[in-house]
Amino acid sequence: MEKYYMDEYDVAVIGAGHAGVEAALASARLGAKTVMLTISLDAIANMPCNPSIGGTAKGHLVREIDALGGQMGKSADKCFIQSRMLNRGKGPAVHSLRVQADRVKYREYMKKVCEEQTGLDIKQAEVTEVITENDEVREIVTSLGAVYRVKKVIIATGTYLKGMIHVGEVSYESGPDATLPARYLSESLEKIGVKLRRFKTGTPARVHKRSIDFSQLERQDGDEDIQPFSFETDRSGLKNIVSCYVAYTNSETHRVITDNIHRSPLYSGRIHGIGPRYCPSIEDKIVRFSEKPRHQLFIEPMGLGTDEYYLQGMSSSLPEDVQIKFLRTIKGLENVEIMRNAYAIEYDCCDPQDLRHTLEFKRIKGLYGAGQFNGTSGYEEAAAQGLIAGINAALSVQGREQITLSRSSSYIGTLIDDLVIKGCTDPYRMMTSRSEYRLILRQDNADERLTPLGYEIGLISKERYDRFLEKREQIEREIKRLKKTTVSPSEELNKMLAERGTSPITTGIRIAELIKRPQISYDDLAPFDSERPVLSYEVKEQVSLRIEYDGYIARQLMEIEHVKRLEEKKLPADIDYKDIGGLSLEAIEKLNRIKPENIGQASRISGVSPADVSVLVIRMSK
Amino acid sequence: MILHYGETIAAVSTPRAAGGIAVIRISGECALNIADRIFIPVSTSKKPSEMDGYTCAYGRFVSLSGEQLDDGILTVFKAPRSYTGENVVELSCHGGIYVTERVLRSVYELGAYPASGGEFTERAFLNHKMTLTQAEAVMDIISAEGRGFHRRAVNVKDGSLYRMIKEQSDRLTAVLGEIGAWIDYPDEDIPGLENNALEERLTDIYTGLAGISSVYDNSRILRSGIDTVIAGKPNVGKSTLMNLLSGCERSIVTDEAGTTRDIVEESVRLGDIVLKLSDTAGLRSTDSIAEGAGIEKARKKILSADLIIAVFDNGDTLDDNDRQLIELCKKTEGIKSVACINKSDKENRLDKNIIEQCFDNVIYISAKTGSGIEELQNVLNKLFLTNSSIYNEITINERQKICLDKAASLINEALDNIKSGVTLDAVNIVLDEALNALLELNGERVTEAVTDEIFSHFCVGK
Repeated sequence: MEKYYMDEYDVAVIGAGHAGVEAALASARLGAKTVMLTISLDAIANMPCNPSIGGTAKGHLVREIDALGGQMGKSADKCFIQSRMLNRGKGPAVHSLRVQADRVKYREYMKKVCEEQTGLDIKQAEVTEVITENDEVREIVTSLGAVYRVKKVIIATGTYLKGMIHVGEVSYESGPDATLPARYLSESLEKIGVKLRRFKTGTPARVHKRSIDFSQLERQDGDEDIQPFSFETDRSGLKNIVSCYVAYTNSETHRVITDNIHRSPLYSGRIHGIGPRYCPSIEDKIVRFSEKPRHQLFIEPMGLGTDEYYLQGMSSSLPEDVQIKFLRTIKGLENVEIMRNAYAIEYDCCDPQDLRHTLEFKRIKGLYGAGQFNGTSGYEEAAAQGLIAGINAALSVQGREQITLSRSSSYIGTLIDDLVIKGCTDPYRMMTSRSEYRLILRQDNADERLTPLGYEIGLISKERYDRFLEKREQIEREIKRLKKTTVSPSEELNKMLAERGTSPITTGIRIAELIKRPQISYDDLAPFDSERPVLSYEVKEQVSLRIEYDGYIARQLMEIEHVKRLEEKKLPADIDYKDIGGLSLEAIEKLNRIKPENIGQASRISGVSPADVSVLVIRMSK
Repeated sequence: MILHYGETIAAVSTPRAAGGIAVIRISGECALNIADRIFIPVSTSKKPSEMDGYTCAYGRFVSLSGEQLDDGILTVFKAPRSYTGENVVELSCHGGIYVTERVLRSVYELGAYPASGGEFTERAFLNHKMTLTQAEAVMDIISAEGRGFHRRAVNVKDGSLYRMIKEQSDRLTAVLGEIGAWIDYPDEDIPGLENNALEERLTDIYTGLAGISSVYDNSRILRSGIDTVIAGKPNVGKSTLMNLLSGCERSIVTDEAGTTRDIVEESVRLGDIVLKLSDTAGLRSTDSIAEGAGIEKARKKILSADLIIAVFDNGDTLDDNDRQLIELCKKTEGIKSVACINKSDKENRLDKNIIEQCFDNVIYISAKTGSGIEELQNVLNKLFLTNSSIYNEITINERQKICLDKAASLINEALDNIKSGVTLDAVNIVLDEALNALLELNGERVTEAVTDEIFSHFCVGK
């Protein structure tokens, strides 16, 4: 094949899924000359699996992406057709926003955003080679022979890399949603020293609306008061257009699956890739949780311009005839017609322990990884990494210091720290339980945690930053006022307190003290608080949360301090852990491989025991 | 600590005093090489470095210049099968201080560093030979004077405390795991987290932790001895009893009432326990300023004791001074008391019924002849060593108690929060902290203080 020189870029992004799009936009917005290459221009920001964005912990990620100046939240606000705040009633720390998006509209919208972005070129091409010189990236080559000279490369290949689809006994090379796979890039990556492994994921069937008996299903509507993802989205005018539905599997469904389990490529051993533990296929769920009499599934519209419905919770790699058979055992789906069958897809990905917290490869300068390529699962996880990789690639080109986020700053920081330090043995899904700082890392205060950084980097406009500062100022002022202002006992007040099931007051009490009572909300006290200023929903929300959770927040801050002390104990990069006596063999091996920057990181590596950490603490304090 | 990281260390592991034998322990990579230079085997042709682990040899200890210092036994332990997990050599030489010092000096001259207090055990901990609580138990075993405390320390060394804590921390982890699932899977029903069920589970954990914590007082008493006051009116025979128990003329005994004025203290072993005895001034009204001050001291001592041995005179009728003592014993809640009716050889004039009504334990002794002492021993062993609690077989130290109490009080706080309507996202934080305290207790979570703190308490040589 004849190679020919095409162009020169600061940053090249390979792949245009949720990671690729965020990476390319961030890089271009920061002023780096950027190119985004994808096998199909019609699959930019495609949602080949579920048509939803957000959910537990994932909703937090979207808010954080927005707070740093990313795109996902804004696009989701533009393209959603139903919005729900999950976990209402379980406490504000765990509220999670989740929307159903119109997937075609989302894809088109994102493509347009990328097209309109100055400094960003979009090209339909399959990248087949990444060429390095002295372990630093220099060029990329496409399947047609085009050579691009580049300073940084971000790999965001999702499930395309050596993609292989499995449906029952049938397997074929393919990207997701009937796209072409990336057949050759893996070989080139291995040649430059990227270790690859195989993961798999799956997706459920899409079925025709008219074959569903909705009268047999539980309906699930969106929220009345819709909250947007983005700080920049105006709340007014947001509305739900569609409903989702809930159905349940039954013993007959389970019997059909069990009877045909031998026809699953997973159980017959043809799939070698490791699937996600926290988003299992229906056959996995039935095998692993055999005591559960039924599993829930959600029936969700794929968009406004289509009659396709998505069956969340029913991903499968069983043969098509089995799929039809087990779906038709479900109440409401007795006559269901499949439009696209469920499948499992296997793909190549790297080991994230080879990455730094900046998402750059430790041993290959200028090469970054993001998204499923790094071993994660989920659009939001991908977008979060894409944003960080894009920011860092651009900062690095400009000779600026790259950013890393701490675990205590964000779910994004937690996600990346988990990947880089602990690694993953199956596709990594973000969950609130992965964060030890849940109460501080709420989805409602993402702006407070990250917008100053977004502004400093240059992804947040001056106008937005000023609005943010104004909001912060209002919050502080109101909290101060509530801590100073007292209310006197009155008949009406005590009547309200009694109605809420809390004790009446006999002397004057600071308003903040009343808000601290779990039964009393900020709004409850409005009639008794004559000097209360008019404040936005967002400000009021922060004020009441910060007061109610005061004590708990203080506890978490102390815990963060404790961990920080371990993080401050730096470990030299050139140390050979064999030379430190007293470490277990496993710890020596892991520490030498991961080369943690400090003792805090070392303590999170599995296989490094507390005794090993003691050795390090003592050794480093010498 | 770790002063001599990666170096070979050595110290005399037996008490620093002239004795039958003294053991020098050398641990570290060079232990065998050092032994090769200072030990000339007689019973074998193998040099120490050629010997197998767990074998010993008889031979001569020599200085670097070849001067023979002593003869004795050398035992080889090979890594990782040794106390510290490293190569270890133990030299048993004749126990003279001078001889031992000379041999040790040769060891140091060959490059070994003098071990600091606790360094051998610290290495054992760092080399994964024992858990934190086990390492702490080693210290207790060394310092145990009474058998009762020793037995408990040995149990902890075997890992019993670790397992008890682990059981509770595992239960708490399960609760936290379920709370995590309840948050992360909003559409699933997670049983076991309804307020009642959750409260019950947390209460169980709390009870378990409080049970373990409750052995602390007993542990402390057994560790440092039972603070015992011998009290009674003048000339009832307190000092005679003191001398009998301590086996020497510790207190001056005369026929004159009010002989003992200041508090006389002595530590004695009685059966399986250790008593820290205080002989006090006889309780009576007096005009003497010195005696009065002594009596006041005696009263204070009684109020802070673990055990009161109230002595009465069998040959005398109950008087006001006796009654005051009875009242004092009744008032001091939580302090155990035993009534000793002394001078059992004399004709009985004391109203025994009143004494037996007021004390659970009444013993007849003759401090002069020593009769009844065995019964006193049995009663005290029963009072301090038997207890139906399952936690009776362990001991905990102050650090462990602090962690336990912190965890228990946090769980209590979580329970209060749940009752007052706080949502689980916040309760979760409190429970996380409780779990951290338990993990710290067991050494499964590293805090800066832990290793340094604990190992600095060890004595050199262990």
